[in-house]
Amino acid sequence: MEDKLIIKGIEFNSRLWVGTGKYKDFEETKKAIEASGADVVTVAVRRVNIIDRKTENLLDYIDPKKYKILPNTAGCYTVEDALRYSRLARESGISDLIKLEVIGDERTLFPDTIGLLEATEILAKEGSIVFAYTNDDPVMAKRLENAGAAAVMPLAAPIGSGLGIRNPYNIKIILEQAKVPIIVDAGVGTASDVAIAMELGCDGVLLNTAIAGAKDPIKMASAMKHGVIAGRLAYLAGRMPKRLYATASTTIEGML
Amino acid sequence: MRLILNGDNFETSNPGTVRELLDELKIMPGRVAVEVNLEIVRKADYETYKLGEGDKIEIVNFVGGG
Repeated sequence: MEDKLIIKGIEFNSRLWVGTGKYKDFEETKKAIEASGADVVTVAVRRVNIIDRKTENLLDYIDPKKYKILPNTAGCYTVEDALRYSRLARESGISDLIKLEVIGDERTLFPDTIGLLEATEILAKEGSIVFAYTNDDPVMAKRLENAGAAAVMPLAAPIGSGLGIRNPYNIKIILEQAKVPIIVDAGVGTASDVAIAMELGCDGVLLNTAIAGAKDPIKMASAMKHGVIAGRLAYLAGRMPKRLYATASTTIEGML
Repeated sequence: MRLILNGDNFETSNPGTVRELLDELKIMPGRVAVEVNLEIVRKADYETYKLGEGDKIEIVNFVGGG
């Protein structure tokens, strides 16, 4: 049986989603994304460079016909700003998806979940497909789901920290209660981190710095791809129970 | 005519419509979104939306982000 992620009728070919920030250049961005196997890429909404019209555009390298473009509201600290950026992203005509961030604190980039909830409700009503970046808080995850989020995206750890999944038990509770897909977003550092997220039963992982910040981003992109696949298979396979004591793998029958 | 374009003063002899401004700037309408005085201009209205003295215009596109 095929194991495809489907959100609001949209089929996703990969459970790994990647960002396009912090790369050396567009060429490296393109190669890393190809190596990751991701079909969703996040982008940010910013002013066009009016003075230098010769600067290249990200979309020259990331073809919107090939990838699902997921604009974010990174850098937005208020509901008003998050709505403004989301609506501009939608009006570009390139994507109805929005990775909704309402940031509450500069140092941790933790979300302002009260503002996030408000913005989620408004945008979902307007027809946006909202992916809400939130804390690893099971109560808030449920509230966002009820407010119309298409998927809830709890953080593993602060954005760009690479600390891995700090609270797997909360993620587990979020998963048990959720009726919408759960995508771990932000804070993973290496392939084992994404494997853990997938083994817990998450529907996908979104990351950026873990690839862009690696010594060899293209190799790490490939590692992440395999980490997600391995973790998903392990989840579907169902792991053996943990035991305190040994159980011999080899029979003692026939011993001398 | 003076406009405030992406936060900076911008002088143009032919302000016209949003579409004409995009053409002057050599910006393809397909990849951007446009806001005039905090209101989003729908793509279907680019040809007819007239710009006026002192209008605050924002033209955005997608860049790298996580």
